[in-house]
Amino acid sequence: MGQTLAEQILSRAVGHAVRSGDLVVVRPDVAMGHDSLTPSIIDIMQQELHIERVHDPERIVLAIDHIAPASSVGTANYQNAIRTFARQQGIRLFEAGRGISHQVLIEEGIARPGRIVLGSDSHSTSYGAVGAFGSGMGSTDIALIWGTGHIWLRVPETIQIDVRGRFRPGVDVKDLALKLCRELTIEGATYACVEYHGLEWLSLPGRQVLASMAVELGAKAGIVPPSGEVAERFPVPEWLFVDAEASYKRRVRVDLHRLQPQVAIPHAVDHVVDLSDVAGEPVSVVFLGTCTNGRYEDLRTAASLLRGRRVAADVRLLVTPASSHELQRATADDTLTTLLTAGAVLGSPGCGPCMGRHQGTLGDDDVCLSTGNRNFKGRMGSPGVPDLSRLSGRSCGDRGARQDRGSA
Amino acid sequence: MARVWKFGSNVDTDQIVPGRYAPYMRPGEDVGKAAFIEARPDFAEQAQPGDLLVAERNFGCGSSREYAASALGRRQVGAIIALSFARIFFRNAVSLGIPTFVAADLVAAVKDGDEVVLDLQRRHVVLGGREFPLPPPPGFVQEIIDAGGIVPFVERHGRFPGR
Repeated sequence: MGQTLAEQILSRAVGHAVRSGDLVVVRPDVAMGHDSLTPSIIDIMQQELHIERVHDPERIVLAIDHIAPASSVGTANYQNAIRTFARQQGIRLFEAGRGISHQVLIEEGIARPGRIVLGSDSHSTSYGAVGAFGSGMGSTDIALIWGTGHIWLRVPETIQIDVRGRFRPGVDVKDLALKLCRELTIEGATYACVEYHGLEWLSLPGRQVLASMAVELGAKAGIVPPSGEVAERFPVPEWLFVDAEASYKRRVRVDLHRLQPQVAIPHAVDHVVDLSDVAGEPVSVVFLGTCTNGRYEDLRTAASLLRGRRVAADVRLLVTPASSHELQRATADDTLTTLLTAGAVLGSPGCGPCMGRHQGTLGDDDVCLSTGNRNFKGRMGSPGVPDLSRLSGRSCGDRGARQDRGSA
Repeated sequence: MARVWKFGSNVDTDQIVPGRYAPYMRPGEDVGKAAFIEARPDFAEQAQPGDLLVAERNFGCGSSREYAASALGRRQVGAIIALSFARIFFRNAVSLGIPTFVAADLVAAVKDGDEVVLDLQRRHVVLGGREFPLPPPPGFVQEIIDAGGIVPFVERHGRFPGR
């Protein structure tokens, strides 16, 4: 019997062959904590589990990305406590401004093919972009990993996405991610792993878009088989491969030739329509950023559409690069200058306004177009705000350009 | 008697506790007071210990924030009963020892505001004289809930479930 990628990765971790449905205990390769939850994770480990020191400091990574830099005395105090903990326990910490955990762990080679990378964040599915088993868990589960080195989980079934063809001009991978939300719905992959086939040609940033959005289908993990650019950059274990004999719960075929630009409209990620259906809707804020679409390629796409133009007077363009590396890439050519000349407001690398806590929280009358991953009510700001979102970087720039022509 | 608070489908964790009410953002505050504070302020104001939270499909989708589940735990909801759960939320609720059930008949039968009796020993809900059984969750899930959560389970047994 063949194995899915999830079965292969979990089998290797357990030490014998496992099948979907099995209850297993594994030792994750990496357990990530970010600033928003690490204080509670430390509390659970030390006060509830009565474990003072982490089990495997070299298997833990901390990132200050949610409120980066600190926005209040309270968050600053928490962040200092995290720094002290990291220092005392010998844990690697990525400081405020280095960027979003999901971007940084890939840049640093911490997430890599075949590893189990768990995180205190639902978008931990992002690590599937490099062929890792990436999944999000709550504070208690992460505390258990930090304290004991192990965690229990059920081996998921796998849904195969069989992609054919290439993107047409004006369409890119975010449109594919949104199309999958539309087809499978927000719960279509609950408890499952999603495997994306037919994408050997897709860049690493493109794979990151898909893997980060896997959780918006309800998935436990979303894995792009390590190939192409990823196989050139990372070592791929010989036991990790797409198995022709693997058994899938469901197969979904997507023909890219037929794919149109997509937008998710308020207030669910699977409320996806064609861009043409909502063109002309006025917006007050455009947000370019997040672990889904805050990389150099996204900034460059927006710059190409804004070159020589200005953001309309009643629109704010917020740009929050996913990491310091991506920001530096945007300064090496004229990408960043172009965005700034057009009137973009630059935020420090991190999650930015994505959760509605800082760096561009929306007011009651704002309408925001975002390259992020969720448009739930109240997330980026006031509960009454329609958060028209989830456009690809290209379409986002397109909207900005239309605003500039005053067609709002 | 327990009051039923009925919700629809796809209730996400940003509705359950918005990010700006996270313990990280409000040190020293009781996160239980923020349960549904923007999405359903009447719940935030009025929910009593023992009340029943009933929902349709995919309850708890979105962010992995465990404080969404712990806010409901701090409000001492008697049980969360839905047609289906999002996976991270379900896992978090179970980890915290919150009784969680999938029970389609009950979800279809109750309305918001109904008064019911929740009997966890007999594992049923009584509405208007009629008993609705609460199907038991998978064995290891029940083991964790019976222990009061995954931390008490691990402390008591020195292992994870299923071995």
